[in-house]
Amino acid sequence: MSSDPVQPAPAAVRPLPRSATAIAGLLLLVPLVALAIVPVYATDGPRLWGFPFFYWYQFLWVFLASGFTYGAHRVILHARRGQQ
Amino acid sequence: MTPLAAGPNTGVHGVELGVVIFFFLVVTFGGFVAVRWRRGESMKSLDEWGLGGRGFGSVITWFLLGGDLYTAYTFVAVPAAMFATGAVSGFFAVPYTIVVYPLIFIFMPRLWSVSHRNGYVTPADFVRGRYGSRTLALAVAITGIVATMPYIALQLVGIQAVLDTMGLGGSGNWFLRDLPLIIAFAVLAAYTYSSGLRAPALIAFVKDTLIYVVIVVAIVWVAINIGFGDMFDAAQAQMKSTPNGSFIPSSQTFWAYGTLAFGSALALFMYPHSVTGVLSAKNRNVIRRNAAVLPTYSLMLGMLALLGFAAIYEKTSVVGLDGKPNGQLVVPHFFDQIFPSWFAGVAFAAIAIGALVPAAIMSIAAANLFTRNVYRELFVPDASPAHEAAVSKIVSLVVKFGALVFVLGMDRQNAINFQLLGGVWILQTILSIVAGLYTRWLHRWALLIGWAAAMAYGTWAAYQQSSPTTSHFGSSLAKFPGTDTKIYIAVTALLVNVIVSVVLTALFRIGRVPAGADETAPGDYYSDAASPSVSSAAAEVQTGAESAAT
Repeated sequence: MSSDPVQPAPAAVRPLPRSATAIAGLLLLVPLVALAIVPVYATDGPRLWGFPFFYWYQFLWVFLASGFTYGAHRVILHARRGQQ
Repeated sequence: MTPLAAGPNTGVHGVELGVVIFFFLVVTFGGFVAVRWRRGESMKSLDEWGLGGRGFGSVITWFLLGGDLYTAYTFVAVPAAMFATGAVSGFFAVPYTIVVYPLIFIFMPRLWSVSHRNGYVTPADFVRGRYGSRTLALAVAITGIVATMPYIALQLVGIQAVLDTMGLGGSGNWFLRDLPLIIAFAVLAAYTYSSGLRAPALIAFVKDTLIYVVIVVAIVWVAINIGFGDMFDAAQAQMKSTPNGSFIPSSQTFWAYGTLAFGSALALFMYPHSVTGVLSAKNRNVIRRNAAVLPTYSLMLGMLALLGFAAIYEKTSVVGLDGKPNGQLVVPHFFDQIFPSWFAGVAFAAIAIGALVPAAIMSIAAANLFTRNVYRELFVPDASPAHEAAVSKIVSLVVKFGALVFVLGMDRQNAINFQLLGGVWILQTILSIVAGLYTRWLHRWALLIGWAAAMAYGTWAAYQQSSPTTSHFGSSLAKFPGTDTKIYIAVTALLVNVIVSVVLTALFRIGRVPAGADETAPGDYYSDAASPSVSSAAAEVQTGAESAAT
């Protein structure tokens, strides 16, 4: 997370390195963009098991969003461990 | 259908009712013994009664938040919307509950940290500490309470739909008709009073398990007996002949769909009951891990939404015991239609218990807001933790009683209208809370005026909307000023909020209007309980705050 430049943080807790924040932020941005582009996925075809594209695309993103968010979690955990 | 029923809608469905009563007794027992579960030092503080000791790990938090956010009303209303008008008013709930998690991943750990370090129990506590403004905190607290009350009332509407389907509630005598609802709520109020947040946390295990089983069975039934292709084709044909019906959003409704999803997602974690669920977590990692696994509930919600389409295929009747059509009945009637009566009973128990968990958490959250930010702030500034807990417990009873009167005394449509407004209102607190987590640039008075302007605009815009069934509050969509494109009213109001707040902040800064003291330190926003120096510092802050209060 970003830090406030005015005052230094208490000793043992430092803000995360910028690279980790940036990677985690990008991972979290992907599902937001994927679901914001409504005109792109609001179509009937191609159907999958009878599901119109509009429906199965959004069901697919339930899993993908979960994966991307978990990825961001791992990135932050890793950066935290590296600090200690 | 059931052995006791002469027709689909006459007589009491004995087997279904028996199963529901059995599960109700199980969760009642659980609710009362929860007071002993993971017991802390004493229940006589809001940290214990209202936040479960702030010690819930990943698994409990997952069940608690799932039980909290995916309410009985959601289970009833989302398929009802799919059944009536299709994707735009119903299926947006799926992207909404997907995008909400990356969003909370970003800002909720910060709110958790700053609250943990400074002993905040409610979002308004944070606003009070960050901006040094009692008035702004009061505005945030009252918005939270007012938005939560109709939400609790709607949980009762969910239970009513189930009772109606089981043949209870048709008789002329109002007392007998409403008795089951009154009993259920009185019992809920009693164990919430004694066990606090531990009660819904424990019951959530039962609720979520039942819901998962029911939804999976229902979807397998649909796959085998209808087939998804035929189901979607039936829905598509039906939506073509429905005014305002949408099978897939069209170019007129792209913005409506997107703003409903993103606006609702931003609003969800401004609700006091969501914040309560988050603050009861043990540490930041619990929140982040949950943000990654909570979407499993969205999968379930999506399948549930499709049952609205399955009901179109099955031509499910939505005529209630009073002989009038009521869209809310579509899912209970569908279960009654396709399942053997014992399993329909399990499904109804899942919906009814699904109402009790969020109703309990919402009443606790509203009670905490009242105690911390209204009662303590205005009346008894030196209230001890034990005093606060005592007041909160009583307020939680008052809140539930109020919701009961609301539902029994007024038209159901009123509860739905106010819930619609509640979503518009609660989003307007996001600027004070979320922007405040990152910057102190915005001025407290600018935020207050921005909030007031947005509340006024949102209420007015929602009032203007008519629908075939109601002349006001008929839709949560309104034309964006100056265009013909309909978007979610809460988002337009938030835009008003941002513009007013930013412009006035600039003016107040030029005029050097006092900005108020900030009691939080920069390090408060990313402290992890896991780090030992932080937890000792947090304990220090906590003791400091307590000794200052007593």
